[in-house]
Amino acid sequence: MAEFQSYTLNFGPQHPAAHGVLRLILEMEGETITRADPHVGLLHRGTEKLAESKPYNQSIGYMDRLDYMAMMCNEHGYVLAIEKLLGIEPPLRAQYIRVMMDEVTRILNHLLWLGTHGLDVGAMTAFLYTFREREDLIDVYEAVSGARMHAAYYRPGGVYRDLPERMPKYEPTPYRGEKELREMNRAREGSVLDFLDDFCHRFPACIDDYETLLTENRIWKQRLVDVCVVGPERAKALGFTGPMLRGSGVAWDLRKKQPYEVYDRLDFDVPVGTNGDCYDRYLVRMEELRQSTRIINQCVDWLRANPGPVRLDDPKVSPPSREEMKDDMESLIHHFKLFTEGYCTPPGEVYAAVEAPKGEFGAYIVSDGANKPYRLKIRPPCYIHLSAMDEMIRGHMLADVVTLIGSLDVVFGEVDR
Amino acid sequence: MRPLREYVRSFLLVELLQGLRVTGRHLFKRSVTLEFPEEVAPKSPRFRGLHALRRYPNGEERCIACKLCEAVCPALAITIDSHQRADGTRRTTRYEIDLFKCIYCGFCEESCPVDSIVETRIDWHLMESREQRVIGKERLLEIGDQYEAQIAADRAADAPYR
Repeated sequence: MAEFQSYTLNFGPQHPAAHGVLRLILEMEGETITRADPHVGLLHRGTEKLAESKPYNQSIGYMDRLDYMAMMCNEHGYVLAIEKLLGIEPPLRAQYIRVMMDEVTRILNHLLWLGTHGLDVGAMTAFLYTFREREDLIDVYEAVSGARMHAAYYRPGGVYRDLPERMPKYEPTPYRGEKELREMNRAREGSVLDFLDDFCHRFPACIDDYETLLTENRIWKQRLVDVCVVGPERAKALGFTGPMLRGSGVAWDLRKKQPYEVYDRLDFDVPVGTNGDCYDRYLVRMEELRQSTRIINQCVDWLRANPGPVRLDDPKVSPPSREEMKDDMESLIHHFKLFTEGYCTPPGEVYAAVEAPKGEFGAYIVSDGANKPYRLKIRPPCYIHLSAMDEMIRGHMLADVVTLIGSLDVVFGEVDR
Repeated sequence: MRPLREYVRSFLLVELLQGLRVTGRHLFKRSVTLEFPEEVAPKSPRFRGLHALRRYPNGEERCIACKLCEAVCPALAITIDSHQRADGTRRTTRYEIDLFKCIYCGFCEESCPVDSIVETRIDWHLMESREQRVIGKERLLEIGDQYEAQIAADRAADAPYR
């Protein structure tokens, strides 16, 4: 009988299950992991340093590229910090739009997570279905902001533009009959809000489908149940947030605990797990999909009933409309001033956080009174989750690494920043 | 009673069959894939794709070299040189966009006071060599001339929101 010695295994950075560029050095005893050492930094772009060199607004586009699965939530955290620093509050309609888009983002993120997590663990079908639904929401992103991923839509003092009254439609092609085309465009006849309303009505059935495929499936359960258990105390000590913390049974959600924007006016529940294993985190995220649908529904109803401005009417912070800018000299000066110099913030430091799909996403800004941050620190959820990887994976099998990476829902854009 | 039922369910592969029913149902649903090059996904008038420089209806180029887009560009992708023309107006002598640097945030279009630089809905542009990533004024105006009808229609559709 040969004697096994411990050996190290290099996992990633080009491993398809590594969700980007995670490199893990695994110390193994046979097939059991004794130590996992994540090597990060392969996607480092210096976003924080970059933000120090340009006016506040110009960094919004870079926030999208942090957690590139939750684009608008990142912008939200950053924009919220600037607003706190300036002491301004956006109009109510803008707040509702932001909340709605945040929840759209949450569904986008969880759908991608569900698809890829399933794919990693060995369930291909759910991946195909989740990406079909993602496509609809990405179309909403495009209709609203003009980009399918990197939206750059939020601004300090509101959002860039109001929601469009028309949803883009499929064009006729030789491949589609008139009837089929009509069916494809059925939900796209009205505005974006109508499209989202329609989506919210058919989406719960889609979640049921995913759940039928996965929740009770024996292979899925064998791979997830009791894998990488974290107790509630330990989860808090490790700094977990979001579904990772709620999966361990701590009912902590920034949307409930420190409501920002209009979350205190909306009716939704916070799902909490009991065991703190990968399966519970899966269940929590599935329930979050349903709750997000509920929130979107309420926002759609409110937004339909309440038209109004979506940007703060303060020319020192938010640029005038194009019509004003072209008619009025003073507005033109404001326009030029805002797009070249930006605005100066009062000196001080602020921290603002939002409940991003993966956990607490925060932006900490130190201002010295200039038009750019003296220092920007981003608090990414995944970086903190990833640093608990070693503790969570110890004693598990090699195959569980893939499950855990999926369950952590890491995205390297924000881990490496 | 419950463990017994669970046992029977597990033995009869109930959850797998339910899953198969879902996939079976989808087998007969309309496919959502598109025949790509001929068929494209619907595109919003707000779409931010390849850049273009526009002209006024009389053929005069709109850009007045105010350099607002150059100043606002977060990625420093735009380079502008300007001069005064014989008729006393300011025009660009160089207007270059580095498409590798550009992050397609749309700030140039947002800032332009004369609606000159726009981001069109062209999203599959290609280049044959690395050098072609920098597109100059002539090429930008060319794109603008070629797609002016579409560009103008998109701006008109979005005008009430801006």
